[in-house]
Amino acid sequence: MQKQKLLGSRSLILVALLLAALALFPSMASRYYIYLVALMMVTGLLATSLNLVLGYGGMYQFNHAVFYGVGAYAAALLTVRGGVNPWWGYLLGPVVAAALSLLMGLICVRLSKLYFGMLQISLGSLVWAVVFRWYSFTGGDDGMHGVPVPRLIGSIDGAYYFVLIVTVVCLAVMYLIVNSPFGRVFQSIRDNPERAEAIGVNVRQHQLVGLVIAGFFGGVAGTLFVTVEGSVFPDMLFWTLSLEIIIMCLLGGWFTFLGPMLGGGMVVALRAVVGIYTDYWTMVLGIILMLLIFFLPEGVLGFFTARLGRGRAVREGD
Amino acid sequence: MLSVQHLRKSFGPFLAVSDANLIVEQGEIVAVIGPNGAGKTTLFKLVTGQLKPNRGQVVFKGQDIAGLSPHRVCRRGLSLSYQVVSVFPRMSVFENVRVAVLARRRQVLRLFTPAVRLAGEETWEILNNVGLADKAGLISGTLSHGDSKVLEMAIALGNRPELLIMDEPTAGMSPEETRAAMGLIQRLNGDMGITILFCEHDMELVFNLAQRIMVMRQGKTIAQGTCDEVRCDENVQQAYLGGHGDA
Repeated sequence: MQKQKLLGSRSLILVALLLAALALFPSMASRYYIYLVALMMVTGLLATSLNLVLGYGGMYQFNHAVFYGVGAYAAALLTVRGGVNPWWGYLLGPVVAAALSLLMGLICVRLSKLYFGMLQISLGSLVWAVVFRWYSFTGGDDGMHGVPVPRLIGSIDGAYYFVLIVTVVCLAVMYLIVNSPFGRVFQSIRDNPERAEAIGVNVRQHQLVGLVIAGFFGGVAGTLFVTVEGSVFPDMLFWTLSLEIIIMCLLGGWFTFLGPMLGGGMVVALRAVVGIYTDYWTMVLGIILMLLIFFLPEGVLGFFTARLGRGRAVREGD
Repeated sequence: MLSVQHLRKSFGPFLAVSDANLIVEQGEIVAVIGPNGAGKTTLFKLVTGQLKPNRGQVVFKGQDIAGLSPHRVCRRGLSLSYQVVSVFPRMSVFENVRVAVLARRRQVLRLFTPAVRLAGEETWEILNNVGLADKAGLISGTLSHGDSKVLEMAIALGNRPELLIMDEPTAGMSPEETRAAMGLIQRLNGDMGITILFCEHDMELVFNLAQRIMVMRQGKTIAQGTCDEVRCDENVQQAYLGGHGDA
């Protein structure tokens, strides 16, 4: 029996090269590009956290932005209104997001696909409305600005490295999770929930655990956003962002691990470029989505891994 | 080992199973036969928890399991191989079986141990046993129908069942595949001591494999006994074997 490994040597080298490039990036780039790449990582992490349930669990989570926003708001509110040390805020933000995810999951997980998604949208909108209207506490539609950030990561370089480290650690943990027995069984539920139940899996419990994990990492992405921007606003929880995160997953490739990371990065970069020329960003996004569905249903990374895989098979066939 | 008494299930006004009775003893191979629509698949789904009965008892190893959810039934040692192929199509053949082994070992909630380190040997053993080892790396959605049916069985075996229920295990198989599947079923029963309950339209297969047969018609059990008893039973001859001439 051939011993199976978690990561091939070629992928390890690629990952190492990419990390080295990212680590050196701030010494070569301007402030704006450092900010942009940090934001790409945050958004990529957000998309990857959604993909845990979307691509691996087959659950159409339509309110993922809520956990992003709640993570960010929790960290900001704890720091500003609670007077807590910002580091504690960063730690507790994701926990609050995970707790909310558990609560919503308990309500939604009994329902099948379409109803699951619809109830999620309504519950998510509820949270958004509270944040949007509660001026005295959340700052309402103005959001909160000038959220204190620890001095160590107060500069743009510091924030960048903090984001880089946290993102890498989170990706590593999520990679472990999707390749764990939990992740494998989650995939089997995605493929065929009825059969998964029949082989002795408690499907709902499994889905609930998946939702909590996704909510947690969505919350981490939210707190990272606070470090980069120093502010939070209600748009972070709005359902259009949830949709955008789904598009990121589809764009990058939702059946691959790093696809959503790529998709998130691409959307941030595109928005930055498109934003120079036009205000109609959502229209551009709509066109991208249409092209994607017609021409790249497996996403960019999915497309290339399929090509690569086929090439390898052909070579082995010779 | 398994005893089904007066089981009844209706879907709205339609009575799929009206009075099913069945006894399976440890170590046996038991077949359920009956014309299309007799309620065989419904009976199996009732036994394995996919459907909840309106009335009646399903006693497995001394405990009533009627109405338990499928994963609970499965954990008691009762596993179902489906009539319509029901595998995990985007996953490899190997992973299809591995998840079943992981589920049986109750390791499904482990978050940080790589799955590649778990359940490998047992999975290989099952794949070797059923003859799918050379296709272990293929994505299961790309398998031929015959191989998919074998994978069906392999997944069910991953649960290491005491009682394996198979809904038309050879449906749609070529004659060679059917012969191989028959050999496999006999080995599972003989070498591994798995009790087997199956239904099948192929009468040759039924009379070759089964030690006892239960006959259903219009949702009712009309006879149960050894092959000879069933063959000679008047009710059966009238209602099924002779009456329709399609057996």
